[in-house]
Amino acid sequence: MMKKSLISIQDFSKEEILHVLEVAKEFEKNRSRNILEGKVIACIFFEPSTRTRLSFETAVNRLGAKVIGFSDASNTSVSKGETLKDTIKMVSNYVDMIIMRHPLEGSSRYASEVSSVPVVNAGDGANQHPSQTLLDMYSIMQTQGKLDGLTINMVGDLKYGRTTHSLLQAMSHFDTEFIFTAPDELKMPVEYKDFLKEKGIRYTETDSLEEHLNDCDILYMTRVQQERFTDPMEYEKVKNVYRLDASMLKNVRPGMKILHPLPRVNEIDQDVDDTPYAYYFKQAENGLYVRMAIISCLLGYR
Amino acid sequence: MESISKELKVSALENGTVLDHIPAENVYKALDILNLKGIENQITIGINLNSKLYGKKGIIKIADRFFEDDELNKLALIAPHATVNIIRNFQVVEKKQLTMPDRIEGIASCMNPKCITNHQPVKTKFSVVNENGKISLVCHYCEKQSEIIFK
Repeated sequence: MMKKSLISIQDFSKEEILHVLEVAKEFEKNRSRNILEGKVIACIFFEPSTRTRLSFETAVNRLGAKVIGFSDASNTSVSKGETLKDTIKMVSNYVDMIIMRHPLEGSSRYASEVSSVPVVNAGDGANQHPSQTLLDMYSIMQTQGKLDGLTINMVGDLKYGRTTHSLLQAMSHFDTEFIFTAPDELKMPVEYKDFLKEKGIRYTETDSLEEHLNDCDILYMTRVQQERFTDPMEYEKVKNVYRLDASMLKNVRPGMKILHPLPRVNEIDQDVDDTPYAYYFKQAENGLYVRMAIISCLLGYR
Repeated sequence: MESISKELKVSALENGTVLDHIPAENVYKALDILNLKGIENQITIGINLNSKLYGKKGIIKIADRFFEDDELNKLALIAPHATVNIIRNFQVVEKKQLTMPDRIEGIASCMNPKCITNHQPVKTKFSVVNENGKISLVCHYCEKQSEIIFK
């Protein structure tokens, strides 16, 4: 379909997003397909990651391609001072695609400009993580049966949380209503609210988790990420601001699902895991199908 | 007196470009943006000249040098109301206004300390956002929006 890179969710049109989600459905039905046999794909992770790296590597293996790469830049020429450009130039000569995570923002966009093969951004610092956004959308579509006419309640760190920002941008293609639940210190930044206003999309803001718990279809919980704070005092003030437990879920909408990009710390109590509303582990599993779809679409095989 | 000062300010150039109505405080930035430091041409610079329109203004006259529109339009970032006079044989043969560019490359820095452009030898690229006359830049790489910071 499209031989290109995936750096930011905004690089994909509504049609391309829907296409990837449809292809992901195919892979969910049959997760082992050797359509990329003979291909080699590099997973180069300059920053630690468990879920994203393992699911990308599993996706490559299940498509029948081979993986090369590293999960820690300290054992590579990067520690000798090699520039990102040189690393990418070299790797792109060996492989058919590069999947990359890097702590610096904009690093993936730059890599895609110097690479001769498609680049998939598996996270560039606090900036973008488009495969997460696509798997979030897939989870919404699979649980609600649609992407239009839904109310999404985003909870927690809406200031630094890149997953909420990207999901908001991607869902703006659809008829969505947002609720932003965050303490004052972690409110949704003005530029994203302006973006919604421009698109004519409704949103409400609150600092109370209880207030809109019962009138949403998706409860998108996030962790307050310590690593994004420069001031430790600020982090201490807000780290335990919301805690969801099973007793709070008595009057929620019957089809409501709780999503979380994981890892969770203590914003969702373990007793929620056994309720019919918990979907976050299945959501992580969906990441595999969506990443299989991303890889095969970008290489022109679907 | 008026006629003498006019002559000194404008007509001394035989051939070249006169950039007028630059905000006085931005004259040095303008020299940077146009890459005029170190060139051999004769350059005359006026700062804090009286201006009926702007109070104090700056002016730059460059002999025997003519610019592409793309080069000049970068100046709109710091001098949106500047005028450009093309001089040939002591005559103003063309007068131009600047157009705000949509994109700029290389001349500004990204304010985001975690942006790749501040860590690796990457040429910066920005799209220019004009919100009711307030100019800001969106980094092509880290996607952050900020005020203009010149290198």
